[in-house]
Amino acid sequence: MKLKFRRMLVAIHATASIALFAGCAIQPPQPWEKANLAKKEMTMDADPLDQAFTQHIYFSKESASGGYGVGGGGCGCN
Amino acid sequence: MSNQKMGPMRTFKIAAFALSLIGLSCTQVEAVEVGSPAPTYSLPSASGKVDTASLKGKLVYVDFWASWCVPCKQSFPWMNEMQAKYGDRGLHVLAINVDGKQADADKFLGQVPAKFQVAFDPTGQTPKQFAVKAMPTSYLVDGDGRVVYVHAGFRESDQKSIEAAIVTAIDNMKKR
Repeated sequence: MKLKFRRMLVAIHATASIALFAGCAIQPPQPWEKANLAKKEMTMDADPLDQAFTQHIYFSKESASGGYGVGGGGCGCN
Repeated sequence: MSNQKMGPMRTFKIAAFALSLIGLSCTQVEAVEVGSPAPTYSLPSASGKVDTASLKGKLVYVDFWASWCVPCKQSFPWMNEMQAKYGDRGLHVLAINVDGKQADADKFLGQVPAKFQVAFDPTGQTPKQFAVKAMPTSYLVDGDGRVVYVHAGFRESDQKSIEAAIVTAIDNMKKR
């Protein structure tokens, strides 16, 4: 009886933990909580110089001028 | 003396109850729609405390804004205009700030003048109760505390339709 009781407690504890940690944790930030997400440094192209380097490395490796979406190139001469 | 020893069944029942409470706390607040009663609030503002009861009988334009929200900035001159235009006909603009830091709100207010009541809710309790889905979101609450109009976001092109809703709401309140 005592063992059964203890097992039951463990089971309840496990279920409660799952509900507590999984139930609420995966909630996305609410619209009024997006102060940090609205900062400029959170955008993909916050730093133009860094973006220019990334683009240069990308099109040099891919041998395609322009990187994203710009026509022409393909000769690998950049 | 009979309840000194807790039976396993009783423990289980208590645990189940606790679990259901946790479950409840995770569920979303029901959306505030047109026709539903507006949630109550009591918040600090630049001109003292503001709450639902003190604004009873007025048409309240409740607007949720933040310093980091660009369309909110655009809405301020328009809200100034609305307060000036319809203030004497019963409109009360209440702009609730949801910034976590008061300093951010103060800096914003230093740049963008507000000629209407500004309240502060750094906890986010009020926008949660109003089930705000976008920033900014505004609610027109009539004299009986009912939501008569909801608008999410703010664009130049939205101004006319919101103003029309304000005029309609004022007219409806006068009829009664």
